[in-house]
Parts: sequence; structure tokens; C-alpha cells
Amino acid sequence: MSTATETIEGLVQQEYKYGFVTDVETDSAPPGLNEDIVRLISAKKKEPEWMTEWRLKAYRHWLTMEEPLWPHVHHPPIDYQKAVYYSAPKKKGDGPKSLDEVDPKLLETYEKLGIPLKERERLAGVAVDAVFDSVSVGTTFKKQLAEKGIIFCSFSEAVLEHPDLVKKYLGTVVPYTDNFFAALNSAVFSDGSFCYIPKGVRCPMELSTYFRINAANTGQFERTLIIADDGAHVSYLEGCTAPMRDEHQLHAAVVELIALDHSEIKYSTVQNWYPGDEQGRGGIYNFVTKRGLCKGRGSKISWTQVETGSAITWKYPSCILLGDNSTGEFYSVAVVNNFQQADTGTKMVHIGKNTHSTIVSKGISAGRGQNSYRGLVKIQKSAAHARNFSQCDSLLIGNQCGAHTFPYIEVKNTSSSVEHEATTSKIGEDQIFYCNQRGLSTQDAVNMIVNGFCKEVFRELPMEFAVEAQKLLGVSLEGSVG
Amino acid sequence: MSEPILEIKNLNAGIEGKQILKGVSLIVGPGEVHAVMGPNGSGKSTLAAVLAGRDGYNVTGGEVLYYGHDLLDLDPEERARRGLFLAFQYPVEIPGVNSTYFLKAALNEIRKAKGETELDAMEFLALVKDKMKLLELKDDLLRRSVNEGFSGGEKKRAEIFQMAVLEPKLAILDETDSGLDIDALKIVSQGVNKLKRADNAQLVITHYQRLLNYIVPDFVHVLVDGRIVRTGGKDLAFELEAKGYDWVTKGEPVPA
Repeated sequence: MSTATETIEGLVQQEYKYGFVTDVETDSAPPGLNEDIVRLISAKKKEPEWMTEWRLKAYRHWLTMEEPLWPHVHHPPIDYQKAVYYSAPKKKGDGPKSLDEVDPKLLETYEKLGIPLKERERLAGVAVDAVFDSVSVGTTFKKQLAEKGIIFCSFSEAVLEHPDLVKKYLGTVVPYTDNFFAALNSAVFSDGSFCYIPKGVRCPMELSTYFRINAANTGQFERTLIIADDGAHVSYLEGCTAPMRDEHQLHAAVVELIALDHSEIKYSTVQNWYPGDEQGRGGIYNFVTKRGLCKGRGSKISWTQVETGSAITWKYPSCILLGDNSTGEFYSVAVVNNFQQADTGTKMVHIGKNTHSTIVSKGISAGRGQNSYRGLVKIQKSAAHARNFSQCDSLLIGNQCGAHTFPYIEVKNTSSSVEHEATTSKIGEDQIFYCNQRGLSTQDAVNMIVNGFCKEVFRELPMEFAVEAQKLLGVSLEGSVG
Repeated sequence: MSEPILEIKNLNAGIEGKQILKGVSLIVGPGEVHAVMGPNGSGKSTLAAVLAGRDGYNVTGGEVLYYGHDLLDLDPEERARRGLFLAFQYPVEIPGVNSTYFLKAALNEIRKAKGETELDAMEFLALVKDKMKLLELKDDLLRRSVNEGFSGGEKKRAEIFQMAVLEPKLAILDETDSGLDIDALKIVSQGVNKLKRADNAQLVITHYQRLLNYIVPDFVHVLVDGRIVRTGGKDLAFELEAKGYDWVTKGEPVPA
């Protein structure tokens, strides 16, 4: 009989299922970054002057900034002049007017990924915007949404069609001065999704964006902006994959959410970028800034994320609780296996009165993975009777991985309350044996225990996504226990 | 005599180099209830652990046959799928995993191994309701996570409930009576008695005689220092209770 340590250490690499490359002709900028590249990107998108200027300001500001070194992750320095900042599938003529004109190879790609991009697949009931490398290749259900006054389109399209809305809100939650990667994104962002839900409208379906990096040496910098007007409700899903490549690829996205009076935005992510191989070669560097502003009274923003991919994740979906009685939530599952590193968490900034926030973070570490939770709860003087509850649980599989927790709490008034609970546990040999003794295989036992551990987060996900997330977790940890 | 379910032949086993079982032999036939009694440290729980296949125990000699096949060669899950069930002395908590879901997965593994079709949720719930009555369980236990936050008595009852659903061929009850008050003890043992059939067997491991007031064994074995020093009928248990374990270790003759 083998000893327990051997059982738990038997690491086998599960092959990354989405690692294929699609062979499409691309229109790419030369590697490197300078003002001309920024202008080129803007010109490719036929952007108005104000947008180009905004990008250039961001670029110039970026030049003055330093890459942050505080995250608990390690990687060789990134050469920003080696990356390609614009790559698009080559279009015939002026580009697709409708999905029928989209290159069939692209549609096939999304088919393989299981993304319902064709409108005939109505049963899926999810409106999808798909972003391939740098450009949006098609948005489904546009017409049905338009009937309710909902705008759901690619970011590029929004700049051209809805400039007033974009101008009014772009950079109001994440200004280009915010941080190094947000500045870089603001200069070179290529596409992303834009969504506006008008007053009093409850979006009738889940909105979804699917991001795919395909081309080699390409950075992906999408930008998402979602605005829920007074009393509006929207649930938004985001999914990501990339091919397997030996080089690291950079993904630096920005997501801004704005919730006005009594509106609600629910943002769910299942991030499954290529994590690199079992030796730690390749994989996506995922440096993302996501922030929501609860601008109106009684508004609510809820982030749910399941992070299983990427070589390095650096991401803190946050809420600024400005409106009185507003609510912020953060539910997270972050998995690291092999050599993956994740430094993720949230910031809850309480400004309005009676604001509430909830943080539930579940970190799972296997292999030699390093998982850090970093969270800030800041309660300003103005935020009378604010309340926060934080729970950070870590689960360790094997004995070569790490879990770290960095909670920061600042409270500037006396009427507020902050609670923080943290636990660290290992999948016990006795738990596995108990499951084995009931007839379950060790792999099934681990999946069951891990899913149980993540339950509080999974139940926040929309149903289809929850099922997907559970499967994904199983795949990510496959072979983590021998 | 029909083929025995379990045949333990001169079993030697230990943990971390320390020999605990020093030649245990035991035959359990269908329809039989065997009690293994012994003082603390005599090797009772080691016997249960080795039979169930817990990691970390080394078998240094002897063999164990289960329906005539080598049991020790099988993984723990394979033993379970073939009908060997261990009611744990300390049932393990699995936070967040729903008890019903867990038990359904377990039952379906066993059914798959037997070549039977898996039960769907509705069929499973019908089965569960039936078995619940047997143990006078509150159904909220099934909605909770596996053993999480259960009292000692609830855990033991849940073990017997699992046993009722999984219908093992050989059930090993490892100190199921420990930590139970007299009412819980009655319920648990009544459950066990109801699960007794002509084609299955029970191996009841206990320190005290009191469980045997409710579960009547066909055979009582006294395990001392890794050896079965005496085997008898149910009366042996009463004598042990009256005279203490010293009585067997000092080798006084058994009164007729």
C-alpha cells in the first residue's frame, strides 16, 4: 500500500482542452509600442478624434509608470516592445455586417468551444458577443435586445454608434491613471463589449462575452463597459480561452461597471486561459482591472469569478459603494495547479451610508501552485453604519503548494462593523478514505470535496455556468491526486 | 455449510513498523453476526482498517479471502463496490457535500459494479424515504452536508443509514456504540438487526458488552494483544462483562 503522501503527490498533467490554434489570415500590427501604434489601432477602428486623444493621453501616462511589484507572484520581466498590440482576423471588404458574413473558420472555433454564436441556437437563451484576438466577431440576439432599448455590442461599435454614452462613462470607474496595466489597456485596447440597460428594464436574458486569444505573441486588451440605468437589472457572463503556446502571452483587460439608482449588475466570469504546461512553460499572464461603481442609492454590484486558467492571475474585481444603501458582493473560486500563481481578491470601498459588502473567497492550491487572497475593506468616515463580512477559505492539495492571505481593513468611523473569517484546510486522507470506503474513486472524491468547498460561490453562478464551472474544476485538478 | 463470506487466515499486520495483529483467524458465514471484543489497544480497530483497506497499514503475513477472492489485493473503493461496508468509529465530515448527493453517488458506484442501472434522483429519493423510516431519522439530516456539524449520535445513525441504503454483504461496525446514549444505542442496534439477512453478515467490533444486549451475536471473539484468545457464543460476552478482560488473559477455564 502506498503512503498518503505518495497518493497525494502523483501529479499528472491534464491536457488543456482548448489549446488548438485556428488558421485564419490576420491583419496584425508590427511588434512594439509607440504613439504610432496607438494611432494605428485607433485608425483601424475608424475612431473619432476624442478617442484617439484619450488613448494617447493614456499611453503618455503609461510611460511614466512602473509595473507593480507588490503582487505575490514571480515572473521574468515582460518586454512590452516584443508584444503585438493589434491582431485581427483579415476581413473581406468592410468586415462582417452579420454573422452570416463571419469567416466560417471563426464560427467553427466557437463551435468547438461550445459557444452558441448562431442565433438559431436560441434555446441557449444567452446573447453572446465573441472577441477573437482583438476584435469582436459577432454579437447575437441584438435585435431582440434592441426592442427593449438594451444596447449590447462590441466596444468599437459603441464608440461609433453611442459616443455620448461612452464619453460620459469611459474611464470614470477605472481612470487610465489607475494602474500600470489599466493605463496600458487604455492606450491600446482593441475591443470588448459595451452594454447599456435603460431605466427600469430587466434584461430578459444572460448577456455573455467570450474572449479568445488566437494569434501568437499577441496581447489581448479588451475593455468592457456596462451601465445599468435607474432600476435596471442585468446578469453578464464572461468566458475566456487561449491556444497552448510555449511563450507567455499578456492579457490586460479593463472592466468598468456603473450601477445607477436601485439597479443591479451581476457579473460572472469563468476564466480558463491557457495555464501553461506542467513545467510552467507558456500560459497567459492575466493582469486585469475590474471595478464597479455603485453610483446610485440602493444599487448592487455582484462579482462572481471562477479562475482556473492563466499562468499568473492578478485581478481584484472591486466595488466602490458610493450610493447610500448600496451593496457590493464578491464570490470567488481560484484554482492553481502545477506552476500557476494567482494573486486575486477584491476591494470594497464604503463611502455611502448603510452600505453592505460580502466577500467569499475560496482558494484551491495543488501541485506547486501559489494562491494569494488580497482584499481591502475600506470604510470611510461618511459611510455610517456600513457593514462588511469577509470569509476567506483555502484548501490545499498535496504539500508543495501554497496559500496566502493578505487582508487589509481600514475603518474610519465607529458605527460600522467588519467581520473577517479565514480558514485553511487540507483535503484529508481520512476524507478520501471515507469516500473510497463508500465506493467512490479517489478522483471523484477529490472533485466532490472541492466542489463542496466551493459551493457557496457556485450557487451564485447562473445555472448553466455553475455546471460548466464544476466540470472545469474537475479538469483543472485532474491528476492532482494519484 | 455454504461458502463463507470472509475468511481471515493467520493475519499479521501493523502500522509504522509496529506489529499489532499477530495471527488473527476468523471465518464469517452468510447470515451470521460476529462480535469482536477486546480491551483498548488489542487491535480491534486495526482489524477493521486492514479489512477496509485504509492506507498506512502493512500486512506482514496471512491472507484474507472475501467470497473466496484475495481481499487485500483490492483498492478500498473496489472492496466497497463488492459489498464491504465499514461503519466508521469516527465518521468523517465533508463540508459542502450534500448527504443525499454523496449517498446517491456511492450507491450508483456499487450498482454500476454489479452491472445494474444507476438510479436517477427520483428513484433514489423513493428508496431513501423507505430506509429513513427504519432508523427514525429526521430528514433534515439528508439535506445537510455529510456528517458536518452532526452530534456523535447523529453521525453513528447516519452511518447505519448509509449501510441500510448500500445493503452491504459484509458490514463491519467499528465501535458503533461508542458515544451513544442508551436511546440512540437502541435505535442504531434495532436498525442493524433489521438489516440482518440470510445472505449478509455483520462483524461488530466493540469494547463494551452493552451493545450486545441489543445486537445478538452468533459468535463472540475476544481479541487480546493482536490474537483471538477465545471464541464462544453470546454468553461469552456476559461473562466478559462480569469478570473483565483480565479473566481471559489470565487463562481461567471457561465455565461450562
